[in-house]
Amino acid sequence: MEMYDVLIVGAGPAGMAAAVRASQSGVRVGVVDDNPDLGGQIWRNEKLKPKSDESKIWFERIRSAEFDFIAGTRIVGQASENSLLGERDGEPIELGYHHLILATGARELFLPFPGWTLPNVMGAGGLQALVKSGLPIEGKTVVVAGSGPLLVAVAAFLKSRGAHVALIAEQAPLWRLGSFGLAVARDAVKRRQALALRAETKGIPYRTGTWPVEALGHEHLESIRLTNGRSTWQVVCDYLACGFGLVPNSELAGFLGSGIQTCDDSDPHPTKPVQARVVSVGESIGIGGLACALVEGEIAGLLASGQVDKARELIPKRTKDREFATVLAHSFALRDELKKLATPDTIVCRCEDVKYSALVNYSNFTSAKLQTRCGMGPCQAKVCGAATTFLFGWTDVSLRPPLGPVSLATLAKVQQPHPKVG
Amino acid sequence: MSQRVVIIGAGIVGAALARSLSRDGHHVTVVESGVIGGGATAAGMGHIPVMDDSAAQFSLCNYSQQLWEQLAPELPIEAEYDRCGTLWVAADVDEMAEVERKHQYFTSRGLPAEILDPGGLTTFEPNLRPGLAGGLRLPGDRVVYPPVATKWMLAQAQTRGTTLVYGTVTAIGLDRTVKATLPSKRDVIIESDTVIYAGGCGGRALIPGLEIRPRKGHLIITDRYSGFVHHQILELGYLKSAHGSDQDSVAFNVQPRPTGQLLLGSSRQFGVDHSEIDGPLLKRMIDRSFEYMPGLAKISAIRAWTGFRAATPDSLPLIGPHPSIPGLLLATGHEGLGITTAMGTAELIADSLAGRTSAIAPEPYFPSRDMAHHG
Repeated sequence: MEMYDVLIVGAGPAGMAAAVRASQSGVRVGVVDDNPDLGGQIWRNEKLKPKSDESKIWFERIRSAEFDFIAGTRIVGQASENSLLGERDGEPIELGYHHLILATGARELFLPFPGWTLPNVMGAGGLQALVKSGLPIEGKTVVVAGSGPLLVAVAAFLKSRGAHVALIAEQAPLWRLGSFGLAVARDAVKRRQALALRAETKGIPYRTGTWPVEALGHEHLESIRLTNGRSTWQVVCDYLACGFGLVPNSELAGFLGSGIQTCDDSDPHPTKPVQARVVSVGESIGIGGLACALVEGEIAGLLASGQVDKARELIPKRTKDREFATVLAHSFALRDELKKLATPDTIVCRCEDVKYSALVNYSNFTSAKLQTRCGMGPCQAKVCGAATTFLFGWTDVSLRPPLGPVSLATLAKVQQPHPKVG
Repeated sequence: MSQRVVIIGAGIVGAALARSLSRDGHHVTVVESGVIGGGATAAGMGHIPVMDDSAAQFSLCNYSQQLWEQLAPELPIEAEYDRCGTLWVAADVDEMAEVERKHQYFTSRGLPAEILDPGGLTTFEPNLRPGLAGGLRLPGDRVVYPPVATKWMLAQAQTRGTTLVYGTVTAIGLDRTVKATLPSKRDVIIESDTVIYAGGCGGRALIPGLEIRPRKGHLIITDRYSGFVHHQILELGYLKSAHGSDQDSVAFNVQPRPTGQLLLGSSRQFGVDHSEIDGPLLKRMIDRSFEYMPGLAKISAIRAWTGFRAATPDSLPLIGPHPSIPGLLLATGHEGLGITTAMGTAELIADSLAGRTSAIAPEPYFPSRDMAHHG
């Protein structure tokens, strides 16, 4: 078993920032990620071709940092009190730590609507990742729909790859986006990013208060029906890139019994960082955007390597950047109409083909799961769990090891932490 | 004569009781504190075997299996009732002797059973490792998906007027009343002629002196591997290992689900009250399965979980009148056989309320029996 002074789970911006700062003190740092390379979802494939100033700066910094990158490794649970269990190429791997930083990021929220399971209906970030991995998109017509700043970034990316982006449909109404616009305008970095995105998406209509109601097609997607609440219309397209915001990947923190952050958020003006053996940073504790993820990663990396004073200096910036999470949550709050999109026949749980009509009469996730198999498939409710929480208000989506499908040989090495006393 | 009956617990035993008693015309109220079929019912494999650890166990299992078979045509497809049969695997000559004994026991009682030599074992289950001594195939055994069967039986009772109340029972009165706290935090008192406790391990807090204790078990479900196994397969080493004692123990036990998934057990633990996965025990359980079926190592597991079964000192359920509390009947302590024996339990209790003679003798399961000299 490899032993690290600081082990970081997730090699996105937060994990990279943590690795850069921790390694500056000379401690042994390991970064583990299920992807083959650094960058996470947002900076995927940008190591050699950074697309922004931030990405360029951090890839430069990480190039000169000393650390082990444990690539292509999925963490599935805890192996012992001081180690995590992962799986790489079907083989178990145990990674020991003195300090652990969870920078596990977020996944997209998928909401069921008629036709959402048709081929070529994808997540917004999902389509972006596929195109980065080689899916040809040039000349294809794409509708980008859902909610959140990611939609614009995805549209810009797809356009840069030669896609014809027919429109961006943002479900949030224009009036709600005011506070988001203001927060962006006040922040130099965010303002620059926004202006760049605006230039890159020039010519793509951005429709607020607009959402998809049905994806149509026979073998695969052919068109999408959209509404603004007053009228509905149809747009012919090859792909729908659709995400209704992000869901924190908080499951590993849940297994470890740790939701500890780098700062105490019950204090509106924290001056001291929280020191703990295991901390969660970035999107995994709540969607706060890139700047927030970076600064939290830095603070965690500094703290874990004993550089407390330097960590303290970053606290005010972190407080400001975390505030953006509140702005995001408010501006892109999902409208109630989205709860009514599914028809009785719409599939909600894709793993087990469970339809909306099979779920609507249950009052909690546990009952629905036991009776209908909803959430019992390979994804273990990572997709339908958040959807049913939004649709039905279910809050008892359960968490059971392993974190993802894993061979029985690897599962034999899972050690759950001893239950907390009291 | 029609009675007002309160059943505590909507697990498979409570649901089977509600179905039988509502059929007989009783006015039934079922009180459930959590989720229908969400307790020990959801922690079982849903195996419906006939077991022969004792004559009484055999009779109740055999009777219950027949009742399941009668019910089968009515069950919804989602109950996944499947006649996959059981295959007991013998690793050595000692265990083959047990195969012979069981074969004699079952066939002399009219149950189909077939002795397999190593070649037969491989024919039926090619993924078992070579070098095993043989096995016993019991084609009459079944499996079911218990939570759905439970909800369906309860729904049948509800169409006959049974009332389902969500609430936590806080007291069983000496005057045949049940006190419960509703989700709204309001307390209610339900009056009845007969109270039936069918709630499993929780009853220890409610009924002083109740001789049950929680037995913890682990289960694993895999991704879909249709055809990897065909029978519910169990090892006979079960008999020689600590599975009969109070020590933590594991045994190879795998079941094919109609979905193509594999359900993998089993572990036994006493004296543990938390539901967390026990890593070392899970490892022992998995390693044990590899000893019989090495190909399992590459199979993908998607979830592991635990559950508690209510165990009695002599491994027989408690079915019948409470020794001292008037109007209280017990239907609990079914340990690992509750899915099977819920059916017989319901009929025994229905017979006692109706004053009918039962198909099997009820006395071995009376809570007033002497349990000390057994097990």
